[in-house]
Amino acid sequence: MFKYLKQLTSLVAMVAVLFTFTTESMAAKKSKTLKNTQKKGFVRCGVSQGLPGFSNADAAGNWTGVDVDVCRAVAAAVLGDANKVKFTPLSAKERFTALTSGEIDILSRNTTWTLSRDADIGLTFVGVNFYDGQGFMVRKSSGITSTSQFKNGISACTNIGTTTELNMRDFFNSKGISYEPVAFEKADEVVAAYDAGRCDTYTTDKSGLAAQRTKMKNPDEHIVLPETISKEPLGPVVRQGDAVWEDIVRWSLNTMIEAEEYGITSSNADMMKTSDNPAIKRLVGAEGELGAAFGLDNDWSLRIIKQVGNYGESYKRNIADTGILPDRGPNQLWTKGGILYVPPAR
Amino acid sequence: MNFKLKDIIPQLITVIAVVLVFGFFTYNAQINMENRGIDFGYGFLSQESSFDVQFSLIEYDGSHSYFRAYLVGLLNTILVSVIGIVIATILGVIVGIARLSPNYLINKFAAFYVEFFRNIPLLLQIFFWYFAALRALPLPQDAEAIFGVFFLTIKGLYVPAFLWQNFNIFFYSIIAAIIAIILIKTHAKKIQEKQGKQIPVFLISIGLIFILPILSFLIGGVRLSFEVPVLKQLATTSFIYEGGVSLPPELIALTLSLSLYTATFIAECVRAGIQGVGKGQKEAAASIGLTPNQVLKLVIMPQALRIIIPPTTNQYLNLTKNSSLAAAIAYPDLVLVFAGTALMQTGKAIEIVSITMFTYLTLSISISILMNWYNKKIAIQEK
Repeated sequence: MFKYLKQLTSLVAMVAVLFTFTTESMAAKKSKTLKNTQKKGFVRCGVSQGLPGFSNADAAGNWTGVDVDVCRAVAAAVLGDANKVKFTPLSAKERFTALTSGEIDILSRNTTWTLSRDADIGLTFVGVNFYDGQGFMVRKSSGITSTSQFKNGISACTNIGTTTELNMRDFFNSKGISYEPVAFEKADEVVAAYDAGRCDTYTTDKSGLAAQRTKMKNPDEHIVLPETISKEPLGPVVRQGDAVWEDIVRWSLNTMIEAEEYGITSSNADMMKTSDNPAIKRLVGAEGELGAAFGLDNDWSLRIIKQVGNYGESYKRNIADTGILPDRGPNQLWTKGGILYVPPAR
Repeated sequence: MNFKLKDIIPQLITVIAVVLVFGFFTYNAQINMENRGIDFGYGFLSQESSFDVQFSLIEYDGSHSYFRAYLVGLLNTILVSVIGIVIATILGVIVGIARLSPNYLINKFAAFYVEFFRNIPLLLQIFFWYFAALRALPLPQDAEAIFGVFFLTIKGLYVPAFLWQNFNIFFYSIIAAIIAIILIKTHAKKIQEKQGKQIPVFLISIGLIFILPILSFLIGGVRLSFEVPVLKQLATTSFIYEGGVSLPPELIALTLSLSLYTATFIAECVRAGIQGVGKGQKEAAASIGLTPNQVLKLVIMPQALRIIIPPTTNQYLNLTKNSSLAAAIAYPDLVLVFAGTALMQTGKAIEIVSITMFTYLTLSISISILMNWYNKKIAIQEK
């Protein structure tokens, strides 16, 4: 009897080992994208062609921005190094094709989450990293302080391939105002044309307006009107059909937001391992087996926090300190009056 | 039998290879699209487009279908191509002849123009003309009227609108004038062949094309009035012109840059064509007493055209295809409206790109057929 018990224990142990082994490799096996990324040694990330605060390259080719940080977080989680990202600048027009055709694995390019995009074109949105809304910019000298002062014949500069064109039509139609849409392929030309006086107003997401204003000849001559005419939840997108990869990207973003909630920063993350709070210990990998579900080790979230920082650090570094939008507005934690609220990591 | 088989086999292999390659691409695309949950189909063309377009030749707004948006883009592409081809041809012929001028200044100026404009990338030229124009043009409120009715501003060229009464009578009068001119021309040719007498066809034609329409005004009840653009204030410093017709600066900049660029190549074709006609032809023509004008019109040009037309056809095709650079400066052509906005809104990349490619192919082939027909017509007729 005793003999059998011993044999039984070893059998159970063997099954258990086998089982964990298979679940682990199954996660990795199920995700072709994860496997390919680990084989290549870098995360392929689609970003904008230059939107300060979100994704912008400096003269040396270093990319910074909150959208860029999402990709860096995934690289830190999957490859252990936040710098192992290959950025592909994409126009609004190219972005979805680049993702569905497999040229990139994450699209983190101030992209609005809408039903038709999520359902129709083979994409899956994994979350929201910036709550935005479309607004209008005008010249201060025009005396316009509200969209209610818009009159028939107003010309509006914008760029194509975005929800902007649709919102603009809805807005002007509902107000019964006739307008002249001047739609460019690239944002730089929109700014140049508006700045030159081609258009009376420039319309796009308010974050974009704030960012582009910094590029203008004389930023102080322009104001962003207070009205917001649409909801624009911006977030990272992945291809449909790879649930594990989708989860990895979603929880890399969620980790950054939850880390801020618990006060874990890039500088104190290691110390937090000894925290009394189990939620904190789980986030820094000192407790639980959260990484196993994705086929990752247990330090994946710690690496994100240490190498990229929490959401608040990323926001401060990229958007607040650069003077684009010093006020976090809705992009504040739910505990501090904002609407950033992510499911718990457990 | 053996001999025939030898001929057929390579062709057969080529055909099979082509079919296989296309089959593989189609199959591959299908599998990939299925895996990614993208459906294929042209049904979206009848859906509501829900975006507006800045400039359209037909009635259009966001409540129309995607197909209508496609037509808007196509017509805008054709518009800019046709205007571009006409201006480029006129300018090209003038510069081409000027390059052969014995006048040093004219000659060198033409050469400088050709070398300058053909050696700068077209996209740069488009940006230059667009943004240079935007910087240089006045705001609507500062614009000086040209002849009292035209206003060239940063928001476009505003011209008076024509308001017609009984336009169809005016239209018929022009048609009648054209038919009359053709009849007179054939008659004049007959008389010249029979009696050697020359009738001043050109003067008569000019007379007809003016007199008949004027008659339509006097007795046909045709009335024309103009709606002159009027300045309207939108806000403290923001104005537009209302009434009349406005040509957007994007259209003007695009036509200008396409014409100036393509004219250089056409000028070279023209120069090559004229130089390709033997010197003896000119001397022989002069020796039988033709005036220099007649020499150029009756002897040199008919022969030069045979050399000029084929390469010029290429330039026409290039101009049409180059017009797709319009997207960079917000001129709503086929690429911007259909392969741009419509593609983004629907996500139907393969469908829309295939339609767009097919459309450009059709446009180009139409131009080719037209030019080949003309080329055949002026070719040496073996009798």
